[in-house]
Amino acid sequence: MRVAGLSPQVIKALFSTQYANMLEYRAEIALWALSGVLPFIMLTLWSQHDGGNSLAYQGSDLSRYFLSAFLVRQFSVVWVVFSFEEDALFGRLSPYILQPLHPLWRYVASHLAEQVTRFPFAFGIALIFFLLNPASFWLPSFWQLLLAWLATFFSFTIGFLLQSLIASLCFWNERASALERLLFVPYLFLSGLLAPLIAFPSDVLKFANWTPFPYLIDFPARVLAGLPVDILSGFLSQLFWIFCLLPAVLILWRLGVRRYTAMGA
Amino acid sequence: MCGATQLWELEMGRYLTTMRLFWSNAFGVLLEYQFNFLIEFFAMLASLIGSIFILSLFFVEGQSLGGWSWEAALVVQGFYTLLDGVTNTWLRPNLGAIVNYVREGTLDFVLLKPIDSQFWVSVRTLAPTGIPEIALGIVLILWAASKAGAEFSFGVLFVTSMMLLVSCIILYSLWFLIAATTIWFVKTWNATEVLRALLAAGRFPVVAYPPILRIIFTVLLPIAFLTTVPAEVILGQSATYTLLLGWLLALIAFFLSRIFWNFALSFYTSASS
Repeated sequence: MRVAGLSPQVIKALFSTQYANMLEYRAEIALWALSGVLPFIMLTLWSQHDGGNSLAYQGSDLSRYFLSAFLVRQFSVVWVVFSFEEDALFGRLSPYILQPLHPLWRYVASHLAEQVTRFPFAFGIALIFFLLNPASFWLPSFWQLLLAWLATFFSFTIGFLLQSLIASLCFWNERASALERLLFVPYLFLSGLLAPLIAFPSDVLKFANWTPFPYLIDFPARVLAGLPVDILSGFLSQLFWIFCLLPAVLILWRLGVRRYTAMGA
Repeated sequence: MCGATQLWELEMGRYLTTMRLFWSNAFGVLLEYQFNFLIEFFAMLASLIGSIFILSLFFVEGQSLGGWSWEAALVVQGFYTLLDGVTNTWLRPNLGAIVNYVREGTLDFVLLKPIDSQFWVSVRTLAPTGIPEIALGIVLILWAASKAGAEFSFGVLFVTSMMLLVSCIILYSLWFLIAATTIWFVKTWNATEVLRALLAAGRFPVVAYPPILRIIFTVLLPIAFLTTVPAEVILGQSATYTLLLGWLLALIAFFLSRIFWNFALSFYTSASS
């Protein structure tokens, strides 16, 4: 029995090969984990800033927010457009397209395998964070953790779909990964990675809430940190974006494959 | 004696000609991808607007950032933009490619060329898409500095450009040191991403950080000399000794990168061996 080309055996094979592949490059993944230090740099700035009052989060709340933002980012990083562009350019895509499995599943598996490999490093960084800053220690409850995990997973899904949309454009222009920059810039500034959205002026906040970006970092991070957040509307917004993006990706992909000329073949 | 000078001039000429060829080639490639140039330009503009927005969050209700005024902090942001442009134009395309030379074994051909290998890998190409970012950085620096009440005498501009040179040398050396480690660890090109993430701390004046980070950013990872010190110079707030220290650091960093490259090369065993 196969659903969307997937059966338990296929899932197992995909995941175990990708996991073995990722384990080979664990040093690289450790470095990727480290390269996510930006929220910590911003935390030192915000906590040093005399006007922390304007931020509504203070002391340990602020630390928890940025640690959560770091963790959410760790488990929602997406790079499918880069892998895809390389595969398309080098002609590796051709055999994938022939298989009775949507090629995007392969990338999904590699991202999930990478997250599993990344887990110990992210965990280690969180431990070091608590050692340096013991006052901010907190243990989320089981339900909080479950909801945060779900929100992070949805965040990953939205990010993955957004990038897949751009990746599908590679069928038209082989340098489409340049378009990813246009996605990354608003992500960086509107997702809450650099400053909690609560610190934004209300006009900007209103604008940001119309984009998918706040649901990628700010919402899951607030759930994880146990800060006040509208859980229902957050999840509904996440699902809204997923249901908008999924058909768009599938349609664009279908149109693109027709144009595929098997480069490198 | 005369012969030696002539020989040196000839050598310099040869290196300059090589560089000109490399870079005109890079511009030719750019014209192939005009659309990408446009995208990069928009992304850069949006990124600058975003950075200034985040910076503005620190200045609500008349607060300051570590004692720096809004205009002065913008000068720092300008220097960051300028250096980011330098990174995107020059450092990333060249030093990011070293890992490919090592992995594919093409470093062999570089080493066999009758030209200095560090020179070759450092100036092989140029990504002109970053040039507007450099220009925008300069405009931001001059505009914000004049708003902050800086006086643009010849002396100030001269010392500022000297300090900018120091920042570029330090930045280059840091990138090069990291990039050279790929000789051992082929797959760790993303170490440069870690460096990039840390250098993002240079968006803000170094006094805005807690004391321990201030020390780290001055001595261990001289981010202070990349953006804060040049900003202080153009605002006329810097002490002479910081300038001398900057030059000393730049020279040390450059020679370290040179020594380290030769050291790393002694471990290079070519791709198939």
